[in-house]
Amino acid sequence: MSVSKDDVRKVARLSRIAVSEDRLEPLANELTSIMGWIEQLNEVDVDGVEPMTSVVDATLPMRDDVVTDGNIQDQVLANAPKSDDGFFVVPKSVE
Amino acid sequence: MTDLTKLSLAGALDGLRSRSFSSVELTQAFIDAIEASNDTLNAYVVKTPEKALEMAAASDKRIASGAAGALEGAPLGVKDLYCTKGVRTTACSNILGEFTPTYESTVTQQLWDRGAVMLGKLNMDEFAMGSSNETSRFGPPANPWRRSGSNQTLTPGGSSGGSAAAVASDLCLGATASDTGGSIRQPAAFTGTVGIKPTYGRASRYGMVAFASSLDQAGPIAKTVEDSAILLEAMCGHDAKDSTSLPEPVPNWRDAVHRGVEGMRIGIPKEYRVDGMPDEIEALWSQGVEWLKAQGAEIVDVSLPHTKYALPAYYIVAPAEASSNLARYDGMRYGARVSGDNLVNTYEGTRSAGFGQEVQRRLMIGTYVLSSGYYDAYYLRAQKVRTKILNDFQNAFESCDALLTPTCPSAAFAYGEKAGDPVQMYLNDIFTVTANLAGLPGISVPAALDGQGLPLGLQVIGKALDEEACFRVGGALEQAAGFVAKPDKWW
Repeated sequence: MSVSKDDVRKVARLSRIAVSEDRLEPLANELTSIMGWIEQLNEVDVDGVEPMTSVVDATLPMRDDVVTDGNIQDQVLANAPKSDDGFFVVPKSVE
Repeated sequence: MTDLTKLSLAGALDGLRSRSFSSVELTQAFIDAIEASNDTLNAYVVKTPEKALEMAAASDKRIASGAAGALEGAPLGVKDLYCTKGVRTTACSNILGEFTPTYESTVTQQLWDRGAVMLGKLNMDEFAMGSSNETSRFGPPANPWRRSGSNQTLTPGGSSGGSAAAVASDLCLGATASDTGGSIRQPAAFTGTVGIKPTYGRASRYGMVAFASSLDQAGPIAKTVEDSAILLEAMCGHDAKDSTSLPEPVPNWRDAVHRGVEGMRIGIPKEYRVDGMPDEIEALWSQGVEWLKAQGAEIVDVSLPHTKYALPAYYIVAPAEASSNLARYDGMRYGARVSGDNLVNTYEGTRSAGFGQEVQRRLMIGTYVLSSGYYDAYYLRAQKVRTKILNDFQNAFESCDALLTPTCPSAAFAYGEKAGDPVQMYLNDIFTVTANLAGLPGISVPAALDGQGLPLGLQVIGKALDEEACFRVGGALEQAAGFVAKPDKWW
């Protein structure tokens, strides 16, 4: 499995990480090496094997669909890079 | 007065209860030691001396009134991965900026509820991604251990490198840590300390900064096996705020430490004899077998045939889950924002500036293996390989009660020695990662010094929910090894 510069460009975009043009080639080489090492998993016969979910049999617990928290606007906004009048201030997202 | 910072947690708790010293005196001793040492060791990334003294004074009052909790007055360090209310928590990543939680993680809350005192936040690899603590935004901590005759700085391991360095250099009585692929046990082995990762689901993940949710598990690093049992008891227990938290009672693990191994069957997995493992580690492993035999355990050869697939499976599962978990860092609601000329550029600039190189690499691997058309070939296959690895363990546990292995294929290494090749760095976790994939408990106990004077650890892996076996065997190894070496103080 060879990871190309274009693959890296696409994956970087999907990951929302800006990668400069001169980093594409080294990253492609690193990812090719790592993915090549991972390929050995293809040797394992996994026919009829269930994917693992948990070591201890446990069913996901259900809870009542009720409000148990809230009225903490100050706490929610406490770490906001930008906020105003009780709202997060974010860049324009609709053109 | 003797140096209070040298006490074990158990010893300090005894001294506090018998009023030989106060928590304020004990806490001040640690604050002074941190003040004197931390510029060199870089174990703490946030120091909270005022808060510590306040908590210590409250502990002294509770001790005086006969209302002492299980950890009353004991000063501890907290890995920077645990959200601590009002105290900056960044998982040592730039992307979290000056993030200061408005809530407390369940694990740390349980420690404070039992009277523990917080000294500060401990260094770690960024988002716990690393085996050498080199990826921290605050720079790496130093291992208090050095090779004989050398003044080269060694890594305390990772990702819980700050926790391990702080415990080994007596900058706290014990510390919280976390383990996704070996991040408690490997640093413990590199620093001559004890570290245990419990069964997945034993400790709540609420308020822990997430890395790979199906693998992450809290646990302590401590000076002795008994101390690690005391801390683990306090950290574990069911929590409705974590849907994977197990509704299981927490046993009295401290009692198991000195119970001995008479009649226990200990499995030796042949696949853990890997190429290129130093003779000293092989010899220590054999020594461990002899120690347990001499104490009445029966030794059984077992096979875990899918061991070699554990690391490649891990490097699909962990990055895939990380790429999903770390999608939340978009610079909108918290953390550092880097503004661009449109929304996508703002996201990309924020994440490019905020995440370090190793985190970016893993996020891209994760995104790649989860991208359209690849899910079945990578993530689903890796989860099936996990089932095979768990089946290996279940088969082995039909003929034994616990497994004995080395913790790591080497002793602590110097910074930069393995940085060139990511796969070489990943191989450090070869003996520890299997327990994460299978969700099993594992403990690392210091057992000897190598020829260069560096500590080496032995690992005990138990059945699901059988931490007791880890503590029994760990306690027996500790007793037989009589490991009392401490690093020569150079810092």
